[in-house]
Amino acid sequence: MKQRTVLDGPEVRRALTRIAHEVLEANKGPQGLVLLGIPTRGVPLAARLAQAIARIEPQVDETALAGSLDITMHRDDLRKGPLRSVSPTSIPGGSVDGRTVVLVDDVLFSGRTIRAALDALSAIGRPAAVRLAVLVDRGHRRLPIRADHVGKNLPSALDERVGVRLQEIDGEDSVTITAAGGAS
Amino acid sequence: MNQTLIRGATLPDGTRADLGIRDGRFVDPQDVGASATVVDADGLLALPGLVDMHTHLREPGREDAETVLSGSQAAAAGGYTAVHAMANTSPVADTAGVVEQVHRLGRTAGYTQVRPVGAVTVGLAGVSLAELGAMADSEARVRMFSDDGHCVWDPLVMRRALEYVKAFDGIIAQHAQDPRLTEGAQMNEGAVSAELGLPGWPSVAEESIIARDVLLAEHVGSRLHVCHVSTAGSVDLIRWAKARGIRVTAEVTPHHLILTDEEVRSFDPVYKVNPPLRTREDVLALREGLADGTIDVVGTDHAPHPAEHKCVEWTAAAMGMVGLESALAVVAHAMRDTDFSHADLARVLSAAPARITGLSQHGTLEAGTGANLVLVDPAAPHVLDPDVHRTMGRNNPFRGTQLGMRVRDTFFYGTRVVADGALGAPLDFAEAGPWND
Amino acid sequence: MRHLLSTAQLSRAEAIDLLDVAEQMSHVSTREVKKLPVLRGLTVVNLFFEDSTRTRLSFEAAAKRLSADVITFTAKGSSVSKGESLQDTAQTLSAMGADGIVIRHSGSGAPHRLAHAGWIDAPVVNAGDGTHEHPTQALLDAFTLRRVRAGLPASGPHDGAVGRGLDGMVVGIVGDILHSRVARSNVHLLTTLGAHVVLVAPPTLLPVGVDSWPCDVVYDLDEAIASQGFDALMMLRVQQERMDEAFFPTAREYARRWGLTDARARALPADCAILHPGPMNRGFEIGAEAADSPRTVVLDQVANGVSVRMAVLYRLLTGQSTADRGREGQL
Repeated sequence: MKQRTVLDGPEVRRALTRIAHEVLEANKGPQGLVLLGIPTRGVPLAARLAQAIARIEPQVDETALAGSLDITMHRDDLRKGPLRSVSPTSIPGGSVDGRTVVLVDDVLFSGRTIRAALDALSAIGRPAAVRLAVLVDRGHRRLPIRADHVGKNLPSALDERVGVRLQEIDGEDSVTITAAGGAS
Repeated sequence: MNQTLIRGATLPDGTRADLGIRDGRFVDPQDVGASATVVDADGLLALPGLVDMHTHLREPGREDAETVLSGSQAAAAGGYTAVHAMANTSPVADTAGVVEQVHRLGRTAGYTQVRPVGAVTVGLAGVSLAELGAMADSEARVRMFSDDGHCVWDPLVMRRALEYVKAFDGIIAQHAQDPRLTEGAQMNEGAVSAELGLPGWPSVAEESIIARDVLLAEHVGSRLHVCHVSTAGSVDLIRWAKARGIRVTAEVTPHHLILTDEEVRSFDPVYKVNPPLRTREDVLALREGLADGTIDVVGTDHAPHPAEHKCVEWTAAAMGMVGLESALAVVAHAMRDTDFSHADLARVLSAAPARITGLSQHGTLEAGTGANLVLVDPAAPHVLDPDVHRTMGRNNPFRGTQLGMRVRDTFFYGTRVVADGALGAPLDFAEAGPWND
Repeated sequence: MRHLLSTAQLSRAEAIDLLDVAEQMSHVSTREVKKLPVLRGLTVVNLFFEDSTRTRLSFEAAAKRLSADVITFTAKGSSVSKGESLQDTAQTLSAMGADGIVIRHSGSGAPHRLAHAGWIDAPVVNAGDGTHEHPTQALLDAFTLRRVRAGLPASGPHDGAVGRGLDGMVVGIVGDILHSRVARSNVHLLTTLGAHVVLVAPPTLLPVGVDSWPCDVVYDLDEAIASQGFDALMMLRVQQERMDEAFFPTAREYARRWGLTDARARALPADCAILHPGPMNRGFEIGAEAADSPRTVVLDQVANGVSVRMAVLYRLLTGQSTADRGREGQL
């Protein structure tokens, strides 16, 4: 098994802090912001970004900033794969109408997940703008989708595996890349 | 001269012997001439031809389900040399005309002796007695009467029927089912029906009628036959009645000796039957009753139905199972863990039903009687496939069951109507002369 | 889970999963777009051999909210009386391209037969068969009870009950158990979810064999109310025809002994929820006070019915097996 670590714990945390600054800068402050994590690992990432933003802008309530957006019901491969569990969608403040939604996910790959997220979002309401923040962009897009904020651009081969581990779920922060055939 | 020598057959008592047949009768093998056909029966079991007290041949009226010819062929293939055709045809066999028609159709077919059963009451309606005497005096010489499918429920009608048939040594075969207790019933009433939500068919609906009927038979001194006994309580009642000297005989079907109401969980209507499949406890009591003689005979209750009556939801499906071609193997299979012998098989499938129905030429291998005989391979493991059976009914619940016994040859008054498992030519009555009862 | 024929087939994990998915579905009704695209391009056939406007509409709404095309076939009585067998009907619908079949039938076991006879491939949902089962009714009851147990609104969007069972809950089911598919499905499901079920009925309306069910049986409703500490009481509808079949002497006597009269409603614990599968016979099995009480969740049950049926259709018509959703490897 050939696996190498691309980001270690401190690097993950630094990347998130940088993204938090970028988000605030692009939005010209925290007004109207809502961060929606895409389950599973997008959800704690959104919460951490909210914490980082609250550290920068102390008047912001971090819990009123971050939520989750389940995209299961909007996937285009529901009938192909195994049964998928459904995660809750929670929108802080109850509505996305007129707000700036930042979708948060761990890895940006084909873009299909984000396509589904955009569909899910439009079924909920009409945001003023939607942006995308990801921890890792590994390339190989299949759809015309790009990220606004990227923790790390990671050129990869199609058959390599990119693994994201987070403290809240996996007990540690890291991003790894594993060569083909070496997956655990 | 038509002669056959069966060489080296194993008799029901386990001894080996040759059997001679000449002109439709068993004769001393020494008296069979050199020109005789020789059948090698080494390793085969010779049983007197089987006698079914309970067969539905459906003709006249439901020739899409079975005909006397197809049913007769099925009987021969199953080793039966006599069957009793139940009266619930259309028109009902409640007149001399209908029973004579069935009788003649049986003779024309020539594969087994078809004995019509007369209806007890007109139209099976349970109200007024059919012309029992006329049927008894007819060419069909009916001795057994039954409203099978319906219970002779009115106690006074039952009493009169029991009394009336004494005049010609007849017997009433009762379908014991209280109609009020079984309105809309779909399966045995118990834990399984409670769970499946199918209207229950309580044991007491059978047992209460049997209790009443044995007391009636005792009171008027008549013979009573109880069809398809299905519950442990019924076995107890009959055992009690016999101990008391009441002239009652009883029958069990092959399927009630094996299958239970657990099968209904599949909701497959092949398991829908009247009386319904009962519990494991009932099955064990029925086996015990059959072994100790409380239950005298196995009757198939062969009830063919066209596929469209079974390829429906449970509640809309017809009741009944076919059994002529699997009965022997199924009974042997059911009783395999007991000390039920080949002699016992011969008793419950041939000798006892022949005695009860007054068939003097069946039920025995004695020289001088009709050469009605079945040769069975007692060790022929096979998986039951109803699709190759001669009956038109495919509703055999033992599809796919591993069975051990197989009918090889059936001799009907000396004619080898089944040879090596294949259907042979029928008996020609023009040559054979009248029935020898 | 290939078909939903009986709640007896559901494990605790499967039942909780269905209820959790239903919780997600309950949000859809309040969204700007009250539809999910999950069954887009699929056809759900509603096969109703028995009248039931309420259940039929609920399944139709569920399928349509999941973007399925819906074909509804209604025919009263058994298939045989129409001169067409269940087999032919099923195969005809299958040839039309049914991806899922919802069947309501007056004969117990008809959905089971449809699912297992080898006539069709589509998943089958039992929408009530004879006096056998009505699994989606039990699921909506369980969904409602779970909300009640958690002290949450009995219907509407909420996630507070996700992941929970009904552990420790005491639920009474009162009335015609013998002929009730709702009772059969609920006994299995509520027990699987950890509730303790108490059946209260006249002995004539209890099936022989009920002693093998995983619940208690009581004949006296007052005694049950006094001693059981019910968290919820489910009143079953008594069909008019039962009154003609002498299962009990008179309607008045039934109402007096087994009806949820005003006095009995007041004797119930203050937080005891009152359920009814509808439609209610007011003044018979349920009195006005109970029927109109805020503790009565009958309309919540109806609302939750759509969410639960959406969850069932979603689970049966998508995916092939239970497995965790893997983030890695997705394309």
